[in-house]
Amino acid sequence: MDLEFRPEEEQFRKKLRQWLEENVPLSGLRGADPNATRDKAAIEKARAWQRRLYDGGYVALAWPKKYGGQELDPVRQSIVNEEMVRARAPGLVGGMGISMLGPTLISWGSDEQKRRYLPKILTAEEIWCQGYSEPGAGSDLAALRTRAEIVGDEFVINGQKVWTSGAHYADMMFCLVRTDPEAPKHRGISYVLVDMRSPGITVRPLIQMTGAHNFNEVFFDNVRVPRENLVGKLNEGWLVANATLFHERNMLGSTTTSQQSMARLIALARSVHRNGRPLTADPVFRQRLVDLEMRVEAMKYHMLRQLTDQVRGRNPGIEAMINKLAGTELNHDIATAAMEAMGDCAMLARGEEEAMDRAFWPYEWMFSLGLMIGGGTSHIQKNIIAERGLKMPKSR
Amino acid sequence: MDFGLSDEQRHLRESAREFLTNECSPAYVRKTMADEAGAARELYAAVANLGWNGLIVPERYGGSGMGMLDMAVLLTETGYAAMPGPFLFSSALAASALAHGGSDEIKERWLGALAAGTIIGTVAISERNDSLNPAEMVTSARREGAGWVLSGTKMFVPYAHAAAFIVVVARTGPSPADIGLFVVKTGAPGVRIRMLHGLDLTRRVCALDLDAVVVTSGAELSGGAALYARLLDIGAVAIAADSLGGMDRALEMAVEYSKVREQFGKPIGSFQALKHAAAEIVAELEPARALLWYAAYAQDAGTPDAPRAAAMAKALLCSIYTRGTDRAVLMHGGIGFTWDHDIHLWFKRARFNESFLGSPVYHRERVAALGGY
Repeated sequence: MDLEFRPEEEQFRKKLRQWLEENVPLSGLRGADPNATRDKAAIEKARAWQRRLYDGGYVALAWPKKYGGQELDPVRQSIVNEEMVRARAPGLVGGMGISMLGPTLISWGSDEQKRRYLPKILTAEEIWCQGYSEPGAGSDLAALRTRAEIVGDEFVINGQKVWTSGAHYADMMFCLVRTDPEAPKHRGISYVLVDMRSPGITVRPLIQMTGAHNFNEVFFDNVRVPRENLVGKLNEGWLVANATLFHERNMLGSTTTSQQSMARLIALARSVHRNGRPLTADPVFRQRLVDLEMRVEAMKYHMLRQLTDQVRGRNPGIEAMINKLAGTELNHDIATAAMEAMGDCAMLARGEEEAMDRAFWPYEWMFSLGLMIGGGTSHIQKNIIAERGLKMPKSR
Repeated sequence: MDFGLSDEQRHLRESAREFLTNECSPAYVRKTMADEAGAARELYAAVANLGWNGLIVPERYGGSGMGMLDMAVLLTETGYAAMPGPFLFSSALAASALAHGGSDEIKERWLGALAAGTIIGTVAISERNDSLNPAEMVTSARREGAGWVLSGTKMFVPYAHAAAFIVVVARTGPSPADIGLFVVKTGAPGVRIRMLHGLDLTRRVCALDLDAVVVTSGAELSGGAALYARLLDIGAVAIAADSLGGMDRALEMAVEYSKVREQFGKPIGSFQALKHAAAEIVAELEPARALLWYAAYAQDAGTPDAPRAAAMAKALLCSIYTRGTDRAVLMHGGIGFTWDHDIHLWFKRARFNESFLGSPVYHRERVAALGGY
């Protein structure tokens, strides 16, 4: 057991920290309202920020060198993730491409597809969105019905996608479509790359309960896509998508966000007085704070364990399946505790001067619940843990 | 960055699992439960050959000189097997007290035999007032001549009836920091031991009455209140490790049962309610596993957050174990409620673990205090 980082890793961290100190203010994105819809100007700034990070050597560190990565081990990437949160750096607008499509193309794409798409993913010259869910296919994604018919050397796509984050500014979409309606549902799906400027695509905003516009409905009306935009084999898109999901699950998120949230909650609890003393001194709330803090600490070590296992090349076990469930629920529980700590001020919204703690918590409380839903709800995660982890029998 | 178990620790884990699967089956556990003394002496002697009893005893005194993380790995396995008897109390707690606070003479006298499995040691900490707070400790040690006179009643002393010596924590003066730890021979005049009738028959606890028990000055361990605090932290990590393994086992049993028990034409494990009940335990237990490893490591490394980590581990893992075994019994349906089915063994061990050496509420309060809330 050794919790120390290697000298070169500490050097890397130190250099990165300094780089972020110098460069984050130059992004023009600091303090950006997470609730605000991204307008063209904001998107261009976001693209430039990712470009700046990429040029600095801080994007997709584990990718193969021939595709623009540095083949650095997962520890480096985890240091980047951690330091970016610590510095409250703006996120990567091209994150979907980097974490999902990129690895998919690296494993499943043709040489031409890799050449054509990977470099622009890294520089954010092309921003990608994910066309998966549909109104009738959320948790049951394999039930998707957006149809792609082969006409000559093109796919012609008709249908609808929903919850498509960033579709209102994305350049491209990676999309799951049904290419064989006769086959069993998992076996008639294909993975295709769609240019968002294609004729026939309509993007309609969906407003979240937070008031923000992040995701959209996307309608396809006879949208033509070149045949060579198929990734992997025809009707094998489910396999391709699952490989990406597996990879995504192994991308270890930073627990720094939870740690920051927890610290902020404790600070809030110190500042709120009830019955003549700070909430941190309240015997009941104290216990609740500790319960949350223990879960934050446990997740921190849980991530370090998995990071070590990845570096050592060990296959992930059941412990890797709980990350999304445990992490999202923890963050929502922290935010909920904060809302309860604020008493009647919890009624107030962002922009109201009387709001506590600069109205950080209402958005966080709502958004953290959204994160329990997206990417597979908590209920689905539990099914996965039970079926794939504990090998409990399927219901169907 | 290398967070986790070393190859040696993995090997220790695997060999302990194998040994206990063969030598400590539920049938053996039940046999020990039915035995009046319940000290599992043969098993205790047998594991001496594996180096378990002296795992943390310095090599100079016949042990393996290993650390709390190694012990935690081992205790996770003994918890998994519901190993009955004094192992944790003797080889983790009593051994630590002597290793960290004993004079050479005390160590020479007791540790070799303990490591060899020929004697058992234990610790007497709790009293009638359910307080671990040194300020509230009542059992007293009064100076008399060159030695001490111990008086008072200690409660929940594990295996006092089978032990050769007991490390007794007593008050040596009026202020909270006036705490001493004394090695008391169980046969000494004035020592009265009474086994308490407990729920968990795999762990026997006793009331210990000390009626003007005389000990020499050489019987005192050095370290006082600091040694006491350290002992409590070691106990917290040890019990947390047992809880981790025990929960692993209880969950496994519930999940396996759900795969074979059929109702409404299907294995009950195919119903979401049971899947989710099981998955929720996993989601709590896996991060807690990593926290336990850290807490054990922190004891070895002496990090500033070691006491806080120990309190977290105890609070978190004992809470998971009691709630999780509740759930595991429920998942078994009617059969889980019977004496003959094994799940209640772990269910009761969970209750013991939560009660012994401080409840989750107590330890959470310590975490808050140590965190400067």
